[in-house]
Amino acid sequence: MTSTETLTPNGAQLPPEVLVLDATSVSVAFRGKGAKFNTVVDSVGLGLEQSQVTVLLGESGSGKTVFARSITGMAPRGARVTGSASFGGLNLLDLSARELRKVQGDRIGMVPQDPNASLDPMRRVGGQIIETLMQHGKAANKTAARARMLELLELVHIREPERVAHCYPHEVSGGMRQRIAIAIAICCDPELVVADEPSSALDASVGVRVVQLLDSLRDRLNTAILFITHDIGIAALIASKPNDRVAVMLGGRIVELGFAHQVLRNPRHPYTRALLAAEPSADVARGSLAVVPDEVRTERNWGPLLEVEPGHAVASLIEDTIDTKGGVA
Amino acid sequence: MTTVLSAENVVKRYGSFTALDGVSFALEKGQTLGVVGESGSGKSTLGRIVMRLMTLDEGTVFLGEDDLFALSRADLRVARRRIQLVPQDPRHALNPAMTVKDNLFFQLRAQGIARSTWNAKAEELLGQVSLPADYLHAYPHELSGGQAQRVAIARAIANKPEVLVCDEAVSALDKSVQAQVLNTFAELQSSLGVAMFFISHDLAVVEHISDDVLVLNRGTAVESGKTRDVLSNPQDPYTRELLEARHSVSAV
Repeated sequence: MTSTETLTPNGAQLPPEVLVLDATSVSVAFRGKGAKFNTVVDSVGLGLEQSQVTVLLGESGSGKTVFARSITGMAPRGARVTGSASFGGLNLLDLSARELRKVQGDRIGMVPQDPNASLDPMRRVGGQIIETLMQHGKAANKTAARARMLELLELVHIREPERVAHCYPHEVSGGMRQRIAIAIAICCDPELVVADEPSSALDASVGVRVVQLLDSLRDRLNTAILFITHDIGIAALIASKPNDRVAVMLGGRIVELGFAHQVLRNPRHPYTRALLAAEPSADVARGSLAVVPDEVRTERNWGPLLEVEPGHAVASLIEDTIDTKGGVA
Repeated sequence: MTTVLSAENVVKRYGSFTALDGVSFALEKGQTLGVVGESGSGKSTLGRIVMRLMTLDEGTVFLGEDDLFALSRADLRVARRRIQLVPQDPRHALNPAMTVKDNLFFQLRAQGIARSTWNAKAEELLGQVSLPADYLHAYPHELSGGQAQRVAIARAIANKPEVLVCDEAVSALDKSVQAQVLNTFAELQSSLGVAMFFISHDLAVVEHISDDVLVLNRGTAVESGKTRDVLSNPQDPYTRELLEARHSVSAV
């Protein structure tokens, strides 16, 4: 696949069937005081491809989680979502809760940030995986589901699947809990896996192994992965293939989008540049770390993404005279 | 050089579990000791013990010349003015019902500073952490994470302590504000000569800010020495494992 084809922010140049999920001009707003709505995601488009990792890189409040949840039909309560998110012919933004249930967990897997919150503390690990399999009709009977469950635990590198299946979540380590959450996310062979900061609640070395596991699974399963993180190092780790992309979010918009090596090695947007320069290291004298200027961090007048090289698009600052409502069309 | 904080053979047990097993270190005036390790390694326990917020089972801690665990209650109260904590999450550590000014005043009173100087002192402190004096009237919830952390630092340096204990002080911050706060720490260190006991799981941060490093693994100090030596040529397998995680992370 040539790089130019995969470029556009909303994947418009690609034939739709190549894209697992195609989100176009998605905006998300929450009701503020009175009738006022606060827009937290502003007309963002993104296309996700098979066995490709797309990293949403952003800091707290950038809208990365709200965007990812909205385009998979899991918008937070009270959100007003506009635009479209086409997933295998369905617009996930239009589906009823009942229809969504058939997609979520089955064709879209979620890896949560904190596995403590997503696993049922009162039930054994194995039973929780079996439940998901049965719920989505992935096993003919309990025996088949049980065999598949053990297979899945092995797939996520759990050494003693039999023993772990009998454990309650609190009896296993944090890294193992996250592996179990991944096993649940992939148990129905989903076309898309959304991982929201899956390593940030874990110790660095454990987190790295979890990210490497996700990376290795996408080849076996052919899934698209939407990976949300605030950590540039983790972004570089998961976006390990030449085809993987990084989207930098700032203030509810994607301000830079390109292949990982383009965005992380040769950033063009002032915010991405400043963010990379602000990484602490021993090579920088103490007290003189580069700082992300507040005017860049809080600037909201970024225009549509424009291509600067094949596959790499950057939003430039819009002068006040130009209409800013265009978004990334 | 003078040692401002040192520990000798500190042992801490929780029931049958040994959280710290004979840890020693020495922190010199104006230097930074980075304390690294993963969760459960005992780094926060050590941080609490060096402030005597927690008792220990064996060994002791010296704050300058004073044996911290031999001090009377009254002496301890005075000694504590010399060692201050910068917490992980400043928004929980500042009193939410008090303005920034009252939060600082609270500390100035505790430090026994004359009331007549409080106003000027509060402004000066904010200046030292590069916050405009307007923020005196703000409540903690009105501050961003980075601003709140700088207020917490201002509070900690109110009476020019000898030691700052920073327990994951920059971990909760976004990367873009983390750099600002790290710079603030460095500036304070050069202007006040304060020593820092800097607990962090983030090796990149520790590598940047520390002179010396202490690596903890399951309550044992597995390696210590000059940051550059330890991190460029780790002897202990655990240190190597920690570094590996960081290297693969920073291999952009």
